[in-house]
Amino acid sequence: MSEHDHAAPEHAAHEHHEELSFWRKYVFSTDHKMIGIQYSVTGLLFLFFGFCLMMLMRWQLAYPNQPLPFLGWLFGEDRMPGGIMLPEFYNQLGAMHGTIMVFLGVVPLAVGGFGNFVVPLQIGAPDMAFPRLNMLSYQCYFVGGVVMLSSFFVPQGAAQSGWTSYPPLAEVNPFWGQTFWLVGMLFLIFSSLLGAVNFITTIIQLRAEGLTFFRLPVFVWAQFVTAFLLLLAFPPLQAAGVFQLMDMVADTSFFMPEGLVVSGQLASGEGAARAGGGSPILWQHLFWFLAHPEVYVLILPGLGIVAEIVANNTRKPLWGYKPIVYSLLALGFLSFIVWAHHMFLTGMGSTMSAFFQTTTMIISIPSVVILTALILSLWGGSIRFTVPMLFALAFLPMFGIGGLTGLPLGLTAPDIHLHDTYYVIGHFHYVVAPGTLFALFAGIYYWYPKATGRRMSTLLGHLHFWPSLVFMNGIFFPMLIQGLAGMQRRLADGGASYGHSQEVIWLHQVISFSAWGLALAQLPFVVNFFASLRSPKTAGENPWHATTIEWAAPSPPPHGNFATVPAAYRDPYEYSVPGEAEDYLPQFRPAEGAAAPAAVPA
Amino acid sequence: MSDAHAHAHEIDVDHHVRIYMRVFAALAVLTVITVAVAYLHLTTAAAVALALFIATIKGSLVACYFMHLISEKKLIYVVMVVTVLFFFFELLIPTISESINIHAR
Amino acid sequence: MSAAAIPYTVEPRPDTGLNNVKIGIWLFLASEVMLFGALFAGYILLRVGDPGFGHGSEELSIPMAFVNTLVLITSSVTMVMAWASCMRRDLGKFKLYMGLTVALGGCFMVIKYFEYTAKFHHGIFPSTSTFMAIYFTLTGLHAAHVLAGMIVNGYFWLPGAKMWETNWQQFTNRVETSGLFWHFVDLVWIFLFPVLYLLPVPYAHP
Repeated sequence: MSEHDHAAPEHAAHEHHEELSFWRKYVFSTDHKMIGIQYSVTGLLFLFFGFCLMMLMRWQLAYPNQPLPFLGWLFGEDRMPGGIMLPEFYNQLGAMHGTIMVFLGVVPLAVGGFGNFVVPLQIGAPDMAFPRLNMLSYQCYFVGGVVMLSSFFVPQGAAQSGWTSYPPLAEVNPFWGQTFWLVGMLFLIFSSLLGAVNFITTIIQLRAEGLTFFRLPVFVWAQFVTAFLLLLAFPPLQAAGVFQLMDMVADTSFFMPEGLVVSGQLASGEGAARAGGGSPILWQHLFWFLAHPEVYVLILPGLGIVAEIVANNTRKPLWGYKPIVYSLLALGFLSFIVWAHHMFLTGMGSTMSAFFQTTTMIISIPSVVILTALILSLWGGSIRFTVPMLFALAFLPMFGIGGLTGLPLGLTAPDIHLHDTYYVIGHFHYVVAPGTLFALFAGIYYWYPKATGRRMSTLLGHLHFWPSLVFMNGIFFPMLIQGLAGMQRRLADGGASYGHSQEVIWLHQVISFSAWGLALAQLPFVVNFFASLRSPKTAGENPWHATTIEWAAPSPPPHGNFATVPAAYRDPYEYSVPGEAEDYLPQFRPAEGAAAPAAVPA
Repeated sequence: MSDAHAHAHEIDVDHHVRIYMRVFAALAVLTVITVAVAYLHLTTAAAVALALFIATIKGSLVACYFMHLISEKKLIYVVMVVTVLFFFFELLIPTISESINIHAR
Repeated sequence: MSAAAIPYTVEPRPDTGLNNVKIGIWLFLASEVMLFGALFAGYILLRVGDPGFGHGSEELSIPMAFVNTLVLITSSVTMVMAWASCMRRDLGKFKLYMGLTVALGGCFMVIKYFEYTAKFHHGIFPSTSTFMAIYFTLTGLHAAHVLAGMIVNGYFWLPGAKMWETNWQQFTNRVETSGLFWHFVDLVWIFLFPVLYLLPVPYAHP
């Protein structure tokens, strides 16, 4: 990742290059590649931390209400008296695991990391439209992350009411942890908003000559739609966060209903500290208005990455490029009108429930179109089982399981039985973990040569992939079974006190051992990632023989990205073109005898 | 580019300024009307409708003329139309679903 | 990296007809529409759902808010005149109008200060009722946006005006952009004013 590597003799983009100080180059950088790396590294560290939180939870769930060796000593008598995990501590781990994975891990890596690094390169731009805004976005994210992490150390610990922070429970206790959570969210949301503005403007305005919208790589389309989701869906959560913060610090009653009694005392109403009259449902509406589009934010970049890798490793164009693009747009639009399927059990009434059930069923159509197109893209392909392709291939059935298990949840009747059970946890983790996370790993293996100029070890890649695939299923498939048996989520003892859970409780140990196995399976990846940084820079510009514009830049690209400003001369996935000598025809290679590229049409 | 362009703009600017002044006058008058109708003792529904109607006219004047939306490019329109659509959804669904509830009780 | 290296920062892109900053600010305003939409959604739901929402609006000062409305509308005019002065290459007029815009924004904030302190003096706080909660939160967030706009405008009025010499076109664009934000803040108040101050009470006094 050395910025000293000016591979190209001329620099079309800028007139001078002064050596930047360490701080300007690595910490206060406005270069999209450096910011992308900052987001990626920070995101990966948070993913690791969130994973650790989960492994602590899994230990408790495998051996509920028993003293856990070493952890008791580590966390002290406050959190684990006599080595037995307090439910309050378990709930902190749970709430923060979700929050950190979603807002500090996956989205920053998928959007902030991959989006920032790849999108400008793929559209042939020298940087993002607003480089300083980009830097500010990262810094807001960083501050938000610090605030979130520090919430573990405040009196009574971190937020304990799930990543969903439903009032009244969230507002009752703990004061400091929940307040820190809210302040952290304000920073994170602001960071995302600035990023979204940057992405949309960049993709519209900075496309290279000849790169029309329908010649864009699917990855860019995915990031484009994702940015719109972030832009328009996050503000309601910002508003809700402000409301809840006011409830916390100014004793308002936005979400605190009349006559609420907590531990035998009137918490809101006549004579209490709070006036009452608020609506807990208001929080749920505003929260899920964001949080449903948010799950599409979690999956869309991954879908984009898989599309790129599938095209590249089948050596043929993607099947159904236009249906995929239209489906991405439809998915983005529809994701705004399905949110209350998370609220079927709040007593909304059958009219509202029927409406949201209908939109939810409709939104499965574009998802299926995209998945089908990706699967059909394999047909007749010359499949290369590179490490990125292994992860991309695994993504397909895993995302399929995730999507299919969502259907009973989107239908009101089965949701009565399945809501808030382990089935839900199994469903969404299938989509995010062996779904998105596998796609992100695929992306790391795929673009690592571009970012560093070096190749990762294939052997270590296999050692990472195969156990990961096995253990992912070992963790999340049993959860579907547990949920069908009725085992509820967010129980510190894993359902041990409920009769209906007894038959499936033993699965907790299967899951926990799979989780620890999954942790071990990541070691080859970590070793690979760092060790490969020391290998010689032999990747070259286009080691995968790919067709999109990022592979025209040197590896790693210098400041300004391209030696000469690139242009697009054809569609993005021209593989195995009849009559061509090679099995790929890059988008950026001029046609034989062609003069100027196509002018930039609307 | 600059001088010819600036000159062309100067002609436009005078025209724009005249419009700004007229819009200003309209906004001031409408503000007075807004307050006046509040004392009319209408039913709640009528009062809400009237207040929002007048506010929408004022808002449209600000958007169309001060923010130049009336002569803006198609892309901006598309973004804002989609936004306004989601805006209404977000604004109304929570209350609609709650009022169905309230009536059901 | 110099701004000139990024295309269409100042010059419009041929097919979209827009420069980057214009798109950027409208996108940001779109997110602000959603933000205030959520706040208004809260207002509506609480008003419909809480019998105690009540007579809060009767405790608000209509005259002060009426004056504030005129203040903001006037500041929108001075803002757009500041931009027009840029287009006419009249630095003096620009400084005058931009200064007026900042001053009027300050006037708004001062009146708001008196409004708030009068409430606190009478023992009325956000915690007093759901109406007061939404009133203080809505107007408070709006005031925060006014303050942000004042800071940006203040920057262009004084230190930022240096760009007039080096890159007049980009400076004018920036003034227009800041103006768009300022008009939006005015637009929000145009809705806030009648909704909070003028709409009749939904329920009778307890």
